[in-house]
Amino acid sequence: MKISQKLLFLPVLILFSSIVSTAVNAEMVIHRGNGAEPETLDIHKSTGVPEANIQRDLFEGLISEAADGSLIPGAAESWATSEDAKLWTFKLRQNGKWSDGTQVTANDFLNGFQRALLPATASEYAFILWPIKNAKAISKGEINDINDLGVKAVDDFTLEIALENPTPFLTGLLSHHMAYPVPVAKIKEHGKKWTRPGNLISNGPYQLADWKPQSKIILTKNPHYRDHDAIEVDNVYFHPIEDKATELKRFRADELDITDDVPSDQIAWVKKNLGDAFRNTPYIGTYYLAMNLEQAPFKDNLALRKALSFAIDRNILTDKVTKAGELPGLGWVPPGMNGYTSQTIPELALEKKERVALAKKLYEEAGYSKDKPLEVELLYNTSENHKKIAIALSAMWKQTLGVKVSLRNEEWKVYLNSRSQKQFQLIRSGWIGDYNDASNFLDLFRSDVGTINPSGYKNQNYDKLLKQAEIETDAKQRAEFMQSAEKLLLADMPLIPIYYYTTQHLLNPKIKGWEDNVMDIHPTRYLAK
Amino acid sequence: MLSYFAKRIASSIPTLFIIITIAFFMIRLAPGGPFDSERPVPAEIAANLEKVYHLNDPLPVQYGYYLLNVLKGDFGPSFKYHDFTVSELIAQGFPVSIQLGLLAILLSLMIGVLFGVIAALRQNSAIDYLVMGLAMTGITIPNFVMAPILILLFGVFWGLLPTSGWGELKHMVLPVIVLSLPQIATVARMTRASLIETLNMPYIRTAKAKGLPTRLILSRHASRATLLPILSWLGPATAAIITGSVVVETIFGLPGIGRHFINGALNRDYTLVMGVVVFYGFLIILMNLLVDLLYAWLDPRIKY
Repeated sequence: MKISQKLLFLPVLILFSSIVSTAVNAEMVIHRGNGAEPETLDIHKSTGVPEANIQRDLFEGLISEAADGSLIPGAAESWATSEDAKLWTFKLRQNGKWSDGTQVTANDFLNGFQRALLPATASEYAFILWPIKNAKAISKGEINDINDLGVKAVDDFTLEIALENPTPFLTGLLSHHMAYPVPVAKIKEHGKKWTRPGNLISNGPYQLADWKPQSKIILTKNPHYRDHDAIEVDNVYFHPIEDKATELKRFRADELDITDDVPSDQIAWVKKNLGDAFRNTPYIGTYYLAMNLEQAPFKDNLALRKALSFAIDRNILTDKVTKAGELPGLGWVPPGMNGYTSQTIPELALEKKERVALAKKLYEEAGYSKDKPLEVELLYNTSENHKKIAIALSAMWKQTLGVKVSLRNEEWKVYLNSRSQKQFQLIRSGWIGDYNDASNFLDLFRSDVGTINPSGYKNQNYDKLLKQAEIETDAKQRAEFMQSAEKLLLADMPLIPIYYYTTQHLLNPKIKGWEDNVMDIHPTRYLAK
Repeated sequence: MLSYFAKRIASSIPTLFIIITIAFFMIRLAPGGPFDSERPVPAEIAANLEKVYHLNDPLPVQYGYYLLNVLKGDFGPSFKYHDFTVSELIAQGFPVSIQLGLLAILLSLMIGVLFGVIAALRQNSAIDYLVMGLAMTGITIPNFVMAPILILLFGVFWGLLPTSGWGELKHMVLPVIVLSLPQIATVARMTRASLIETLNMPYIRTAKAKGLPTRLILSRHASRATLLPILSWLGPATAAIITGSVVVETIFGLPGIGRHFINGALNRDYTLVMGVVVFYGFLIILMNLLVDLLYAWLDPRIKY
């Protein structure tokens, strides 16, 4: 063959080899923006959403989540409950495997629960497992024998969980990262470094390939996962990007497929220019103001609390100020909770004129007037959004009632300190549910929960209704107890709901399998590109 | 020379000790603690946490423990990033910061000195005004404005460079430019002023009278004297660029050490803040020492 002939073949060869190599290398990769740098991948030490997003891809609890966030069997294929609903028996799958190929057994789950609750682990989220029998006492150090915990591994594939009370939302709890299994042998072997790439083994659809702090976390498919073949995305990159503007630019430059958030001042622009990528969905969270019921002016002054709440035009706040598709907050528990009807403040359904007139009347009843205006301080943590809302609120109150509001902003940790010390009159707050159950919200205002109760609200009847709900086995009856409790709470008005949160994402239109949901749960295993 | 070096190293120890002490107590004065969160943990769990992290000991005892550990080279575990020790976090972040910082300093020196020399030689001409005008613009545009503009142009519109991230050479281009722009301007202005002053010196006039070409006068006679003020700027500037690139690190999503400093302070991650403070303190002392040594080499009048 002459050289010229050889040269002729060259382009063909190159073309062919490039086709072959793309076919071989055609790994599906997805890049996800993931908010803050994960504080840890240790399932018992993490507390935030960025960590949970990664852990959800790595691990699988007894119960898992579907693409729409609903609960489905995970490592357990079935379960049964005793008649008093206080003993649950889970049957594990025979083909559950850790990413090193070893069997997932009931003992791995038992080890997880025990480690979560041992005081030496110092798990911040241990309280979420307190519905389990003796869990609280173990956390507190009152019971020292960890074997007294109400969890038993009957055999390799049977796990029993005994509860303090019937806990209808147990399945939700068991999908939480605090209830994942742990590879205890690996933790013993590597100590604190068990979550490092190379050390960490996981039982979920993915395994940890690399972790560069402040840069990226890479997960690859777990070849031993039972549903391995059904998973399309081979590699997923989690990029820690706290600056939302940076995240938007990276999305526009095609460096990200999914963003964690959208900068609120850019939402109008995004809707107009990236409309097909913009996802805006209700979220299980409420933005509200808490009033300090332990001191003047709100202590023992229901009329004043109502006046301030009724004077707010929530539609203007969500349409003109926050502008991220939030729903006006009319009650405490956001809509979308399993088997629960969210209650609303009836007066907020009034026409604007009547509502404002009522607010004025109540304001005077409370002992204030244009000549003798209320002077009140509103505390918020430093953030552009909170500031805008605080300014809008104070303008509304000034306009309708003549209230003189002074604004005080504090950096996050200082704000938290002021809040737990009750050094405020009126404070902006937000609450996002951990799992899909109304009790997650209602428990916040119980009188026995300490400083987490933002207003210092105390009502025996409210506590009693929630106690009744706790031991009720009938789901419908339980929901009714909780709904009555919420009604009572809204009538006493220790809080002013402002809006229900929404989540914002930008999603590469090529991504398939994404389902918007109130829990904002989007496991990579259901996605494809 | 060696004894001077040893003396300087020895004198830096009390300085570091004072830095540690002040920083230790200052961060504890700030309200709130590392484990305060939106969801206050139940008292029993808070007690478990404090026990594990020795926060339940009296403050002077904690201080004593901390000093002992630092002496052993152990900055302790991070309160916020549970899976890493402070030393590991610094070891991961520092190479990024130092690469960026040194490249930015190098670029500023090369372009800044060049601009300064051009402007000084054409003093009060159109070129002088143009170069100095550009330099002034470089100083006045803050990096949090410059960075997004460059990202939009090069990353989003033209797609030539990545908008952020770290790992390859292409990731460094924009951050280095943004970091060096204000420094280029400073160097150019300093070089210009310094060179003009030097060129008026009697020994330069002598050189000119001897009939030496300008090139030789600049490279042999004027350069050392001109570079002295830039040298004294170099030490603090290098330290400042390495330690103060927080904004650039955040905008470009770089895994450097500056973000640890700010986030550590905001999160009350006591050990992380302390670790970075001690490390920065050490770095600044070291930089100043290096500059002083370089001085002796450049300026024959200085002897240690």
